[in-house]
Amino acid sequence: MSSVQTNSGLIAGPTSRAFAMVGGTPLLWRLASLAIFCAVWEIAGRTNFNWAFPTFFETMAALWSMLADGSMIMAYGRTLEPLVIGLVISLSIGVGAGVLMGLRRDAEWITLPIFITMQAAPMAALIPLITFVYGIGLTAKVLAVCMLAMPVIAINSYKAVRNVPPSLVDMSQSFMGSRSQQVFKVILPAASPMMFAGIRLGVAEGFSGVVLAELLITPTGIGDLITFNRSIAKFDHMYAAIFSIVAFAVIAVSLLHRLEITIFRPEKRGA
Amino acid sequence: MNMNTAINIQEQAATDAIIEVRGVHKVYGETVTALQDINLDFNRGELTSLLGPSGCGKTTLLKIIAGLLKPTSGEVRVNGRPVTGPGPERAFVFQDFALMPWATVVRNAAFGLELQGVAKAEREARARHYVEEVGLAGFEDKYPHELSGGMRQRVGLARALAVDADVLLMDEPFSAVDEQTRRKFQEDLIRLREVENKTFILVTHSIEESVYLSDRIIMLSPRPGRLNRIVTPEIDRSGDPDLIRRNPEYLDLIDEIWTGLRAYVE
Repeated sequence: MSSVQTNSGLIAGPTSRAFAMVGGTPLLWRLASLAIFCAVWEIAGRTNFNWAFPTFFETMAALWSMLADGSMIMAYGRTLEPLVIGLVISLSIGVGAGVLMGLRRDAEWITLPIFITMQAAPMAALIPLITFVYGIGLTAKVLAVCMLAMPVIAINSYKAVRNVPPSLVDMSQSFMGSRSQQVFKVILPAASPMMFAGIRLGVAEGFSGVVLAELLITPTGIGDLITFNRSIAKFDHMYAAIFSIVAFAVIAVSLLHRLEITIFRPEKRGA
Repeated sequence: MNMNTAINIQEQAATDAIIEVRGVHKVYGETVTALQDINLDFNRGELTSLLGPSGCGKTTLLKIIAGLLKPTSGEVRVNGRPVTGPGPERAFVFQDFALMPWATVVRNAAFGLELQGVAKAEREARARHYVEEVGLAGFEDKYPHELSGGMRQRVGLARALAVDADVLLMDEPFSAVDEQTRRKFQEDLIRLREVENKTFILVTHSIEESVYLSDRIIMLSPRPGRLNRIVTPEIDRSGDPDLIRRNPEYLDLIDEIWTGLRAYVE
C-alpha cells in the first residue's frame, strides 16, 4: 500500500508528496502523534483544571503499581472470560449467519430483519432487561457482549458476500467449479476484506459490551477497578484502568488486522 | 468425380460445426427481448466475431453458449450434445478479466485446472507454459494489482488456454485496455491461432477488430437482438500483421460494415 502512495506522490504536487512521505514512514508519525497526545494530557493534568484529572505520568505510575501488585492482571482474568466467550459466539454465529444470508435469499428474508433491528437498537438500554432475565452472572455478561458484537459482524459479512464481483462467480462457474469450490475458493476470499472490517468493528463493540456489563450489571474485573477506584477517589488508578482497556482494545483490533493479511491477503503482505 | 468431391466437401463443412445455436430466444423479465430466433453454426477452428452495437444481445448470446445463462427457448449444441451448463470443452475470457486479486499470476492461470482437481505440480507446470505463451514470462509470481490492464487480460487468456478447451469464448476481451495494448494483443492473437488449434468466438463492438481478426463476422441488430448479416472477410493474415491494416480489402470491408450498422446508431 505505502509503495503505491509513494508512486502517486512522485507525479503529484508538493502537498501530496508530503503526505506520501507520511505514508512512507508510518511508524514514526504514529509515534509522534501518540507523543503529542501524551504531552497534551500531561500539560492538561498539570494545569489542575479538574481536581479529579491526573497527569499522564501519575496515571502511568498507577498503571505500573496495579500491574506490579497483580490486581490488574486478576481483573483482566475476570473480564476476559465473558469477553472471549461472547466474541467466539458472536464470530461463529455472526459470520455464519452473515455468509448464509449473502448466499441464500430465504436466509436473508428470515434473518436479516433481526440483525438490522439489533444493530439499530441502543443495546445498553436492554442490559437491565438481560439482568432481569438472566441475573448477574456470567450468562448476562456474555449476552451483553454478543448483543453488541454480533449484529455488526453479521451485517458486514452479509454485505461482503453480496459485494463479491459477479464476474468472479461467473468465472468459477464457467470453469466448472462446484458450489463449495465457488464459496470457499472464490466468494469467501473475495469477501474477506469487508468481512474483516466488520469483525474488527464487532470486536471493538464487544469490548464496549463487556465494560458496559461490568459497569451496569455487577462490578467485576476491569469494571470493578474503574468503579472501586472512583469510589475511593484514587483517580489516577481509575484513569489507568480506563487507559489499559482502551490500549488493550486497540492492540486486539490491530492484531486482528495482521491476522487477516497473513491468512487471506498474501498480495498485501510486506506492504 | 469432381461433383462428388464437391458434395463431400460441402457435407464436411456442414458437419464441422462445433457449436450449433438453434432457435434461441432470450427474454429478460417479462418484456425485454434480448435475443430473437437466433440460428447459427460456429465452425471448428474458425474465429467468429459477434459484432453489433450495445444492447444487441451479443454478450447474452455468448453467455448462453458458455452455459452461464439459460435461453428462454431454443437450444445450443456443442459437438452435437445439448448445453445444460458450462462444460470442459468451452473456456471463457472475461471483459473485466475476473482475476482473483489474492492469487499470483500462476495460481490465477492455473485456477481452471485447480477447480478440476488437477494436482498442484502439474497444473502449475501447465499454467507456466501458457503464461509464457501469452508473453508474461517473468511475471509468474506477481499479483494482478502489479500488472497493467493488458497484462491482466493475458492472464485471463492463459487461464482459458490452460484448461485445453476446444472453444474459447471471449467477451469483449480488449475493451478494457488502451489502444496500443489492444493492437498488440490483436496481433498476438493472430500468432496464437497459428500455434493453438482452437475455435474462437469473440464478442466485440469494434468493426476494425472484428474485420482484423475474424474468419467470419456475425452482425446482430439491436432491440430485439436478431441476426442481421454474416460477413466472411477473406484476408490473408499470414504475413506482417501491420500490412493487414493497410490491406484494401480490410479497409473496404470496414466501410461496408459501417454503412450497414450506421442505421442503428442514427
